[in-house]
Amino acid sequence: MNIKEKIIEKVLAFCALVTILTTVGIIGVLLFEAIGFFREVSIVDFLTGTEWTPLFAEKNYGILPLVSGTLLTTFIAIAVALPLGLTIAVYLNEYAPRRYRKVLKPLLEVLAVVPTVVYGFFALMIVTPFLKLFVPDLAGFNALSPGIVMGIMIIPFVSSLSEDALAAVPNSLRQASYGMGSTRFQTAFRVMVPAASSGIMVSIILALSRAIGETMIVAIAAGQTPVFTFDPTVPIETITSYIVKVSSGDVPQGTIAYQTIFAAGLTLFVVTFILNSISFWIKNRYQDKYE
Amino acid sequence: MNRAKINRLKDKAFKYVGLFASVVGIVILSIFIGFVIYMGVERLSWDFLVKLPSRIAANSGIYSAWMGTVWIMVFTTLISFPLGVGAGIYLEEYGNKNRWSSFLEINISNLASVPSIIYGLLGLGLFVRMMHLGNSILAGALTLSLLILPIIIVSTREAIKAVPNSIRDASNALGASKWQTIWHQVLPASFGGILTGVILALSRAVGETAPLIVVGALVYVPFAPQSPLDEFTVLPVQIFNWVTRPQQEFIINAAAAIIVLLGITFIMNGIAVYLRNKWQNKMQL
Repeated sequence: MNIKEKIIEKVLAFCALVTILTTVGIIGVLLFEAIGFFREVSIVDFLTGTEWTPLFAEKNYGILPLVSGTLLTTFIAIAVALPLGLTIAVYLNEYAPRRYRKVLKPLLEVLAVVPTVVYGFFALMIVTPFLKLFVPDLAGFNALSPGIVMGIMIIPFVSSLSEDALAAVPNSLRQASYGMGSTRFQTAFRVMVPAASSGIMVSIILALSRAIGETMIVAIAAGQTPVFTFDPTVPIETITSYIVKVSSGDVPQGTIAYQTIFAAGLTLFVVTFILNSISFWIKNRYQDKYE
Repeated sequence: MNRAKINRLKDKAFKYVGLFASVVGIVILSIFIGFVIYMGVERLSWDFLVKLPSRIAANSGIYSAWMGTVWIMVFTTLISFPLGVGAGIYLEEYGNKNRWSSFLEINISNLASVPSIIYGLLGLGLFVRMMHLGNSILAGALTLSLLILPIIIVSTREAIKAVPNSIRDASNALGASKWQTIWHQVLPASFGGILTGVILALSRAVGETAPLIVVGALVYVPFAPQSPLDEFTVLPVQIFNWVTRPQQEFIINAAAAIIVLLGITFIMNGIAVYLRNKWQNKMQL
């Protein structure tokens, strides 16, 4: 009997251990292939080069074009999701009647449920032709349209995390502000939002990390042209869409072209890991502020 | 006086601005979905569901794609369900609050925010190449299982946490062992919550595209898979394949396949929400 209990505990512990093995596996696989890549290409060239042509006859391995493409779509997405998400969080927390909240919150979650490949279709087939009515120079593939669509997708992400942050602010602060004769609007934006700023920062950083790693929307609608630019109207390529492009073709194992996707993936992993760590640090440091 | 008026006006205006912001996303999404239905519904037929993909758009169907999706989902469930629930039980019922368990927790929350395409690279390096599984269903299902594991673990923990301690105490007082308490009391009481989390995680896996492209699902598969070691394609990858073709005919195919995929996703989420409401009502009693 006692032995059975011990065995069960060991089996359950193994299940938990799988998550550690996953992390070790990710880092191991990325490093193993990336080291092979960096034997051929210097890290300095990789991080500072402005030409990315690993699949051409004349090969260049500067990742900056992919980084600029990634940053461009990410910032457009944040520019859409942050104001909307924050407004929604304030509205739901300070203004909306209970019955509105009960309907609006699940409706917002629907935005996060739609598969990203479907959002990619929307960006390419609907948003780009629509934007062309206002921006005639817009290319068929561009950063603007997938950026906007990605922004719509991560609205619930920003709004629910910001709402949690606002809900954690003690009611006494709100009452004090009302007591001084403030309107709800003043209370919301001069007292509640500043008081919840660390939690809102966390939501922004996690949204950034999410947008940087988003793949299918950009793979479908942003193009496959790695250029070092911040012009949102021309075709670009992001780190993630480059990995998809190479995976779609048949690249033999062991070649440099095969290894580039792991070097690009390692870059992506490091950036998102740093962002996640920062958000974790902020959370730990400021979480107990009001307890 | 004047400033007070302006302030009150701002306050009133925000009520509408906030409501507008809350619905603008879902309104845009509804327009998108309406557009896709308008575009793809003509192609949607029984033939479309039972035909294989073909070079001629009008003759193409999604048979191999949705069969692949079914195969992948069955194996992903078989792998991720026991692992995720087991890990959740361990962390909630056995894990003492030491450094080891807080390390496990940080690691899981970090894994939850790793981009899905990175899991694809893990699957490519580990399952496809190192373990020689090739571009098989098994390699794809293992990859997706690791991807959704953090979601299942977190929701399992929340469901177990919601079980009142009085139930555990009562069971222990009657002489039940730790595992007997978990198996006969805690798990039945939290099952609704666990199931909700698992279905939500699986509905995420149904729509995942990027990691499966990286492990090699973007191939022409002119047959439905017969075994877990067969090559495969899935619905979202088939959609991606069609969207990237220049011919308008294939875009219509993609729209029709999107209607099917959205249908599956929404039904799964609907079931999950229904179960969650039912379970939450039960827990409140």
